[in-house]
Amino acid sequence: MFYREAGQFRTSYAQDSQIFPLRQDRVGIIIMLIAAVMLPFVANSYWLSAILIPWLVLSLVALGQNILMGYAGQLSLGSAGFMAVGAFACYNLILRIDGIPFVVAVALSGVCAALVGIVFGLPSLRIRGLYLAVATLASQFFIVWALDKFGWFKNYDPAGVITAQPIVMFGHNFATPREKYWVVLAIVAVLALLAKNMARGSIGRGWMAVRDMDVAAEVMGFSLLRTKLQAFAISSFYCGVGGALFAFAYLQTVEPSAFGIDLSFRILFMVIIGGLGTIMGSFLGAGFILLMPIFLNIFFHTVFGKSVDATITSALEQVIFGVMIIMFLIFEPLGLARLWQLTKERLRLWPFKH
Amino acid sequence: MNISAILQSSQRAFPVGAPILELDSISLRFGGVKALTNISFNVLEHEVRAIIGPNGAGKSSMLNVINGVYVPQEGSITLRGERLAGMKPTDAAKLGIARTFQNIALFKGMSVLDNIMAGRNLRMHASFLEVALQLPRARREEAESREAVEEIIEFLEIEHIRKTPVSRLPYGLQKRVELGRALAAEPKILLLDEPMAGMNIEEKQDMCRFILDVNDHYGTTIVLIEHDMGVVMDISDRVVVLDYGKKIGDGTPEEVRSDQNVIDAYLGVPH
Repeated sequence: MFYREAGQFRTSYAQDSQIFPLRQDRVGIIIMLIAAVMLPFVANSYWLSAILIPWLVLSLVALGQNILMGYAGQLSLGSAGFMAVGAFACYNLILRIDGIPFVVAVALSGVCAALVGIVFGLPSLRIRGLYLAVATLASQFFIVWALDKFGWFKNYDPAGVITAQPIVMFGHNFATPREKYWVVLAIVAVLALLAKNMARGSIGRGWMAVRDMDVAAEVMGFSLLRTKLQAFAISSFYCGVGGALFAFAYLQTVEPSAFGIDLSFRILFMVIIGGLGTIMGSFLGAGFILLMPIFLNIFFHTVFGKSVDATITSALEQVIFGVMIIMFLIFEPLGLARLWQLTKERLRLWPFKH
Repeated sequence: MNISAILQSSQRAFPVGAPILELDSISLRFGGVKALTNISFNVLEHEVRAIIGPNGAGKSSMLNVINGVYVPQEGSITLRGERLAGMKPTDAAKLGIARTFQNIALFKGMSVLDNIMAGRNLRMHASFLEVALQLPRARREEAESREAVEEIIEFLEIEHIRKTPVSRLPYGLQKRVELGRALAAEPKILLLDEPMAGMNIEEKQDMCRFILDVNDHYGTTIVLIEHDMGVVMDISDRVVVLDYGKKIGDGTPEEVRSDQNVIDAYLGVPH
């Protein structure tokens, strides 16, 4: 009833192609942003540092993976490797360059990850599909191995771990969970907006053209080399920035093996469950994979309390989580973002069916 | 008076001119298989040139040679007096050669509008940063392209489906969208690989009208492969006939129709 487009006329192509053509969507996104900014005043620091910050950070990484896999159609299993590049680059930049502002260090670590991404994206010019996924595993294992092997990356720490320096910008130390949350929120919001702009513009059309029919794309003048490597670079940039934030705003103490293959797989699931080729889906997918186990845990605790053995409930949680993933893939293979889109379409007509 | 007679008359907005594309002794082999043997013909500016022949005659290979998908072992391709050697598909696109495919090659996950917009990629120069930040050039290019694309959408009478994903469209409309995508590049030469395959009579009539209108409004030179002889005889100015990778006929539809070699190739020779 409130979600109608009646009476909203677009009189220019610029208006028709704007980011949120519907007034209700614009209002909705503004309310959501205000709510996200205000959230720390209600949420306690456990919620901020254990749930909201990792959710935002992993959404950003999922977004990077989605650019590569969902938009450009290049199956990759190296996202955690690129996160590791971002995290260790950020540590070294702050360590070795005096007084570098945190945002600049994060942006530069993204660039480092992008350069590494281009190198590991080169096989995509010759191989595709599952074979490419296997080739990108090389980046996953090589990067983690290199970070482990060469002490320079960790400033020769005897324990082989790095401890994230304080987040300092504009002479202020962002130390509390609340301040860290705001930093993460700002970076993620801006990068999500930029990704949306690319995806709906000529750059996104190039990615999707190469994904859907590469021969036709080439005949129309798209350079496969440029388009694929660009997708790898931008995707790795997002993963790199995500990795830096993961280390500095969430983990604090990081060893290279934190960015193992299991993290890459979790990011892959986030993208698939959230919805391939959607920006929204990256956030929904990350939320689902990260938050659902926590909710299930809380749910079982409140329902059964101490009456059932903890090992049984934790096993049950895993079973239910697995069943939910399978159900989702059967009933909505296009992901949570598609579910959201269908809801919006129904809402337009509600209370009528057609 | 049939359509070809109208075409031959002097009422065309873009009268047929000098050769724009010349193919000289083209030979193409895949290992031991000879796909094309010593084929020469030319295409005049603003004309509608048909390539016909039985199945496996090498028609599609010929188009693939023209737009750089295959590189022939022998022979030369000359575009407007300039010899093209070792051309790639992207080079052909930059030189103003666009094409459609025998089996529809649309971008299935994208809307009609996005498909046709993608056809304009060579006219959009904004870098990824400009697009991401929505800087003036990116916005201007997007609006300009949209305007050009809307013109094509109106021309092809597909306004009602502009935001529909192409995978949901029926076959005939998909063929039309593919033509639109090729037109979006504003090509000098348009290669059409069986634009009317699998269509019913009404869809064929519409497609013929669009092809002739493209030729008439934009002066686009058209090279098309088609199996429907009625269509070929009606809309083309000149016809090349291929059989087993060799050229067996070349001339106006009337000449080709009465050529004994062509009749033999199509109807078979009594033994």
